[in-house]
Amino acid sequence: MEYITIDSKCVPIEGEKNVLSLIRKAGIDLPTFCYHSELSIYGACRMCVVEDERGRVFASCSEQPRPGMVIYTNTKKIQKYRRLIIELLLSSHCRDCTTCQKNGMCELQDLAYRVGVHAVRFLNTKKQQPLDLSSPSIVRDPNKCILCGDCVRTCDEIQGVGAIDFANRGSRTEVMPAFNKKLSETDCVGCGQCASVCPTAAISIKTNVTQVWDAIGDKNIRVVAQVAPAVRLAVGDHFGIPKGENSFGKLVEALRIMGFDEVYDTNFAADLTVMEESKEFLERLESGEKLPLFTSCCPGWVKYCETKYPEFAGNISTCRSPQGMMSAVIKEYFKERDAAEGKQTMVVSIMPCTAKKGEILRPDNYTDGRQDTDCVLTTVEIIRMIKEVGIRFEKLAGEAADMPFSIASGGGAIFGATGGVTEAVLRRLMSEKNYKTLNTISFSGIRGEEGLKETTVQVGEREVRIAVVHGLANAGRLLDSIKAGEKTYDFVEVMACRRGCIMGGGQPAQAGPRTRRGRMEGIYRVDAASNIRFPDENPIVEQLYGGLLQGKEHKLLHRNM
Amino acid sequence: MLEQSYYDKTDEIIARHGAAKKSLIPVIQDIQAEYRYLPPELLSYVAKKLGIGEAKAYSVATFYENFSFEAKGKYIIRVCDGTACHVRKSTAILNKLREELGLSSEKHTTDDMMFTLETVSCLGACGLAPAMTVNDTVHPAMTPEKVTELIQKLRNGEEV
Repeated sequence: MEYITIDSKCVPIEGEKNVLSLIRKAGIDLPTFCYHSELSIYGACRMCVVEDERGRVFASCSEQPRPGMVIYTNTKKIQKYRRLIIELLLSSHCRDCTTCQKNGMCELQDLAYRVGVHAVRFLNTKKQQPLDLSSPSIVRDPNKCILCGDCVRTCDEIQGVGAIDFANRGSRTEVMPAFNKKLSETDCVGCGQCASVCPTAAISIKTNVTQVWDAIGDKNIRVVAQVAPAVRLAVGDHFGIPKGENSFGKLVEALRIMGFDEVYDTNFAADLTVMEESKEFLERLESGEKLPLFTSCCPGWVKYCETKYPEFAGNISTCRSPQGMMSAVIKEYFKERDAAEGKQTMVVSIMPCTAKKGEILRPDNYTDGRQDTDCVLTTVEIIRMIKEVGIRFEKLAGEAADMPFSIASGGGAIFGATGGVTEAVLRRLMSEKNYKTLNTISFSGIRGEEGLKETTVQVGEREVRIAVVHGLANAGRLLDSIKAGEKTYDFVEVMACRRGCIMGGGQPAQAGPRTRRGRMEGIYRVDAASNIRFPDENPIVEQLYGGLLQGKEHKLLHRNM
Repeated sequence: MLEQSYYDKTDEIIARHGAAKKSLIPVIQDIQAEYRYLPPELLSYVAKKLGIGEAKAYSVATFYENFSFEAKGKYIIRVCDGTACHVRKSTAILNKLREELGLSSEKHTTDDMMFTLETVSCLGACGLAPAMTVNDTVHPAMTPEKVTELIQKLRNGEEV
C-alpha cells in the first residue's frame, strides 16, 4: 500500500487529493482559514504549511500526496511561521474581541490562542471603514476581513450569485461588491452562506435580538414564537447535545423561560404548504400552464430566480413559505383576542435562515397592508439568547408546544432537508396512505446529498417528472438546461443552501461532515417518530380549513401579488 | 446612464473579440483606448454581455493599475518615481506639475479635462532620469523650469 509519513506516523493514501486531508485523517487538526472541502483550493491563508524532510515548507492543502513523502506538521520553523501569520493578520484586524458578534465563535481568535500569539508587535494602520448594514440578512464589516476568500468562492461556486469579489491589489486588496456598492444593490439573495464560512465577523448575521427582548419586556405585546423544522436539530450544538438530536422540547421550554407567550411549530405550517402547493400543482397539471411548478419555500431561491431568471418567476408557486403561512394564520387567530385584551401580537419566527429576514419585508408577504412576521431570529441568535439568560439548555427536560398549531405530520418535519418538500407533496398526492407508499416515495431517489436529483412518479394517470436541486449554482444550471430545452420537468424543488435548511446560513457555523450527517439523519428521525406521516391526515389542518381559513385560504396562505 | 453611442461602440468592440468570458480584458482595454478611461457603466454592461459577475469584472478591472474609472484629460502626464528618478529629484518635478496644473495627491485631472497627472513606479528609462511621459512621448532629464515651459507649450496647442 502506498503511504506517506506524517510526524513519524505512516498514513495510507486512499484517494485523498491533498496532503492536508491525509494529515487530518492522521488525527491532526491542522488549522486553516481558506480551505473548505466543498470549495476550490485557494492556498492563500498559509496556515496549513508543513515541512518536508529537506526543510522545504509548503501549503499542504494545495500539495498532492506522493508515496514516500515525509512531512512534519509541528517543527520549530512551522510553529514560528504560523505564529507570524496570525500576528500579521491580527496587526491589521480590529482587536476589540469582547464586543464582537463572533466572540467565542471566531476562528481567528481561536487560532491566535492555539498557536500562542501573546502580543502583536505592529500597529494597525488601516483606515477604518464603515459597515454595510443595507442587507436585512447580513452585515459586512470590511475591517475584520482577513482575505481568505471563503465568502467569494462560496457565493460564486456554490451559490452562483457572485455578489462579492476581491477588489484592488496588494496591501489595498479588499472583498466587496462591484464598485463597493451596498449589498442591497447587488444580486445578493441573503442566503448567509458567506457568513457561515467567514472565519471572523467580516460577514455576520444581522441580529434582531434586542428587538425581541424589547417586545418580551412589553406587557402589551403578545410575543408568539414559531420554530422551523431545521432549528431543532442544530440548537443543541452549543450545549454539548449530540449532533442532529431533536431539541424541540428543550427549545420550547427555553423560550417559555425567556418570556415568550406562545410557542408554535412551523412544521404545522409546512403541512398547510403541502396542502396548498399540491392543490396548485394539480391545477397546473390539469391546465398544462406554468410548468414546471417551482417551490416557493426558500426565499433565497425566490429572489435568485426573480433577479437572474425573471422569465421563470411566474412558475414559482404562489404559496407563501411555511413561515409566511404560519404568521398570517397566527395573526388572524389572535385578531379578536388582541382587540378584546388591548394587546398586540408579535410573531417571532426562529429560523435556520438569514434570507427569511428579507422575506418578511416583501410586500407579497403582507396581509391587508400589515407585516405578518414581525421578526426573524436565526438559530445562532436564539443560542445567544439562551446563553444570555443562563439557561442550562442541556439539562432541560423538554416541554410540548402550544395548541393548536403544534400538531404536525412527519411530512412537515422533513421540509428542512433537500427533497423534503417534494417528499411531503408526494405523500399528499398519493391516494393510498400506507407504510408501503411512504417507503416507495422515500426510495424514489429524492433523498440524499446529490446536487441534482431526478425521478418520475406516477400520479393518477400521469407520469410526473420531478427534479430536486440544492445550492443555487445547481439551480442555475438546471434552469439553463430547461431554457435550452434539454430537460423538461413538472415539479422542481429548489433550496438555496446545499443540503437544505439544515445547513442554512443561520445555523451554527463550521459544521463538518459529522454535523451534516447528524442533522440529515436527525430530520428523518423526527419524521419516522411522528404518529402522523401524511400532511393531509393532520387533524388540525382539517379543522382549520373548516374554520379560521374558510374563505380566506388565498388571502392568508398565498403570496399577495 | 451614458449616451446610447457608448453602448453601441461597446457592442462593436465585443463583437470584435467575441462574447466570451476570456474576452473581458481585451474588451475593456479597447474601451479604455476609445474613451481614455473605462466608464463604470460600460464595465457592468460588458460583464453582463460576457456572462461574468459584476463583482468579478470589477475585481479584474481594479487589479490592473492600467484601468481607470475616472475620465482622464487630453494629456496624460506620468512622472516616474522609480529609484533612479527619485534620487535625481523627481519629487520636485511632480510638485512643480501639481503647482502649474492646480492638482494634488487627491485631484488628478484638471477641470478643463486637459491634463491628468499620475506617478508611476518605473518607466524603464532610468538612464534618462528624472523622466516623465506625456501620452506616449518620453521627456528626459526634466527640471522644474522645463516643466513650466512644457505645460505652456501644451496649453498653446503646440506639438511637444
